Amino acid sequence: MTIDRNMRVLVVDDFSTMRRIVKNILKQLEFNNVVDADDGTTAWEILNKDKIDFVISDWNMPKMSGLELLKKVRNSEEFADMPFLMVTAEGQQEHIIEAVQAGVSNYIVKPFTPETIEQKIEKIFEK
Amino acid sequence: MDSIFAKPIVQATQNVLSTMAMIDPKVDKPYIKKDKKALGDVTGVIGMTADNSKQGVMSVTFTKDCAVAIVKNLLGGEVEDLIQDVKDAVGEVTNMIAGQTRQNLEAIGINLSAATPTVVMGDNHSVSHVTEDKIIVIPFNTEHGTFVVEFSMKE
Repeated sequence: MTIDRNMRVLVVDDFSTMRRIVKNILKQLEFNNVVDADDGTTAWEILNKDKIDFVISDWNMPKMSGLELLKKVRNSEEFADMPFLMVTAEGQQEHIIEAVQAGVSNYIVKPFTPETIEQKIEKIFEK
Repeated sequence: MDSIFAKPIVQATQNVLSTMAMIDPKVDKPYIKKDKKALGDVTGVIGMTADNSKQGVMSVTFTKDCAVAIVKNLLGGEVEDLIQDVKDAVGEVTNMIAGQTRQNLEAIGINLSAATPTVVMGDNHSVSHVTEDKIIVIPFNTEHGTFVVEFSMKE
């Protein structure tokens, strides 16, 4: 299946450095339609006013965490099927299980290479 | 107990910086320090809890040149506001090193939870640990300068 490189991607992380790293990698992968948010609350607002096709989110963030955002997305009628990639420093088994149970589409533990992001995106969209 | 932490911290530090910033830090011999004085110019600090009771702190202190090089490599040279970018990047690098260390420790049966990192900058700043009796210092060398990872845990 061909991935639509024009899809609108929302990158969520409280650290500007990580948002910029992920956006740079997406640019290398020719995803140029990218917006960002610095926590789950802002991300939720963007989801409700913009047309987002894919969310890439950190876990630990102030106000609303990535896990809370994921649960909110999955419990909503409108975004329940939204592809959702978690990119986080939380690599312990219990966290991965929690995210899977909450309905994450795929999961990346920091640190990561551009190749890892590419592979995980491919896996999400080939399903 | 303390020596158990050194190897997972070294592995995590080298993995994070080589994967994300294309820098291969060489480790020097760890030692114990007994004061709060920071061994560099900018420090990321993260609180940790082991077994839901023991309090710990991990900190990562970079010299100015080393921090700037890491930021430039992380961001592909696209630095906008150097001070803000250094502060943000050191926080994120500390977060990743702590996360990877926790993952390495989980593999040997030690479960740590962590808070969100804070960053302190400036000449002669201090780093607050949970104890001043025994702070493990792991020094690293890079082609851009030195940095240290410190770890303390209250038994």
